[in-house]
Amino acid sequence: MAVSQPVNEAVKQIADTLQKQPRTLWGDAWRRFRKHKMAMFGAVTLIFLVTTSIVGPLLWTVHRDALDFVNVMSSPYFSYPAENEPYCAEQAKLKAEMGEDPMANTMVDSMCIYHPLGSDELGRDMLARVLYGGRVSLSVGVSAMLIAVTIGSLVGAISGYMGGMIDEVLSFFTNLFLSLPTLPLLLLTVYLFRDSVTAVLGVEFGMFIIVVTMVGVLAWMQTARIVRSSFISLKQKEFVEAAVCIGVKQSNIMFRHILPNAISPIIVAATLEIGGAIISESTLSFLGIGFPPDTPTWGRLVTDGSQYLQTAPHLSLIPAGLIFLTVLSINFMGDGLRDALDPRSRL
Amino acid sequence: MTQYIIRRFLVSIPTLFLISVIIFAVLALAPGDPLAQFALNPAIPNSTRVRIREQFGLDKPWYVRYYKWVGSLSQGDWGFSFSSKSPVIDLVYQRIPQTLQVVGLAYLIAILIAIPIGIISAVKQYSPFDQVATFLAFIGSSLPSFFTGLTLMLIFAIRFQWFPIVYSSTLEIVNWDTFVQQVRQMVLPVSVLVVQQTASLTRFMRASMLDNLPLDYVRTARAKGLADWTVVIKHVVVNSIIPVVTLIALGIPGIFAGAIITENLFRVNGLGQLLVTSIQNSDTPVVMALAFIFSILVVIFNLIADVLYGILDPRVKY
Repeated sequence: MAVSQPVNEAVKQIADTLQKQPRTLWGDAWRRFRKHKMAMFGAVTLIFLVTTSIVGPLLWTVHRDALDFVNVMSSPYFSYPAENEPYCAEQAKLKAEMGEDPMANTMVDSMCIYHPLGSDELGRDMLARVLYGGRVSLSVGVSAMLIAVTIGSLVGAISGYMGGMIDEVLSFFTNLFLSLPTLPLLLLTVYLFRDSVTAVLGVEFGMFIIVVTMVGVLAWMQTARIVRSSFISLKQKEFVEAAVCIGVKQSNIMFRHILPNAISPIIVAATLEIGGAIISESTLSFLGIGFPPDTPTWGRLVTDGSQYLQTAPHLSLIPAGLIFLTVLSINFMGDGLRDALDPRSRL
Repeated sequence: MTQYIIRRFLVSIPTLFLISVIIFAVLALAPGDPLAQFALNPAIPNSTRVRIREQFGLDKPWYVRYYKWVGSLSQGDWGFSFSSKSPVIDLVYQRIPQTLQVVGLAYLIAILIAIPIGIISAVKQYSPFDQVATFLAFIGSSLPSFFTGLTLMLIFAIRFQWFPIVYSSTLEIVNWDTFVQQVRQMVLPVSVLVVQQTASLTRFMRASMLDNLPLDYVRTARAKGLADWTVVIKHVVVNSIIPVVTLIALGIPGIFAGAIITENLFRVNGLGQLLVTSIQNSDTPVVMALAFIFSILVVIFNLIADVLYGILDPRVKY
């Protein structure tokens, strides 16, 4: 008796599904993440911002410190100003007519420099400055996050796993740090130590190190609490018991067996930490206690530009908007990751 | 209960002690001379400088200075400001009203806006209202205060000229006109803080409501035929507001410190601005006092939050 066609089809479909790749933890997470519209928006925006600030300065070759006294505080525009058009078209001819006079040549060149995001009070190109500032701000965010998450995971893991007296002491320190006035202390330490650190490590790198360290050192407490509570619940699971039975070293149990199981909340905390660190850095720069004036971080650009808010609002609003966009994307991503990395959520 | 409060209070003493040691040590061990501004003045001879250092006790090691600082603090003496030569406590007293006015009003408005929005959002979950409110709250909590501040300034102070850009600290309220002027200059800094606080409070309130709504006692209340809004207001809100009240208490010290940016942006002469100018002037006694006051606020409000939780929620046992 021949099996009817539809049943055949159904059997084939089931066989196909069974032969498909098994669903993995990360595959599931990615599938859930993709469904989260705002998280995808955040991820795409963030990838765009990161790639443009890495690649941008290589493609947009106008130097961030190049002065241009012809186009001072020009507004953003997306083509040459109409009145300069003829000059630029005949730039070569004009140059030839002017002869070897370098002054005149720079004048002609300047008229043809094109500032898509406008220029500041010294005619420096805003696009170049914003691109470079993005590099600084984003790397401050990521590095400070790494410091905070490393300290937080270590403290949380040890105090959660060890328990007892060690836990008491570490928890006391976590709470102590939570009671410290973060922003005032950040302002204070960066201000006090910047001269000696920058004297040793150079102005820009020294400042980077001190800002990143201080922001990281004052921001690990949340991660520590999260890691501690997941360690407390995970250390009672059977797989830990099994590991103890076969004689795995304590440090290996903590970091090879338990930590990977606690990784999801750490990833979420880490993501949100980047946003917090970027805000802290820009706050420091905004209050004039961060990077030196000639380093165009986003926060610094906002401060410098805010003096010209009436005449050239784009100088402060573009970098401020970029900080906002970055932090918003990071928060959206964190929110999406929280749902995606939770194996119990069946989106 | 009383015993618990006393115990919590006693625990916070070593915390405050350690915090003060940390801040003091950071200030004292940091490179850089607190009397740098005198060093720039060529009119002051070296011998005078040494005398000033002795007078301020700066020639002693930091732990001796710390011991003296604690000693005088216990008698209510916060020391003298290096730059204005007046007692630190006077400077702080001068600044407190402005900060309290701006920060306090903002927090009050934020609470009044956030709680109803949070309630409606949670009761009508996934409705268009909820979706808009959640989205706006998300954006609001990602907005850096300088971005909100600059945008509001640009729109309302520069374009429309409805409000002044700079907060005038010398304004005294004597009649109706000056009162209106005061209100107008407070609008922008207060709104910046309101945007930030409302956003996070709304999210807390909504989440807390959503935790309570599916619980059994809510179903019981509905089953016995209470009106929808009676259930929500009399049963759910009362229960879900408990964690929010403690969060409000916990947030108060944070907004004092967080107002630093807003105060600097609008030149409100509050505590935050005093802190930044003192840091820039290396005015160690003022910085020490302010940082310590901020820490005391954190510790006290942590205590208040814990106690409040106990009072509001009879299920909590000590």
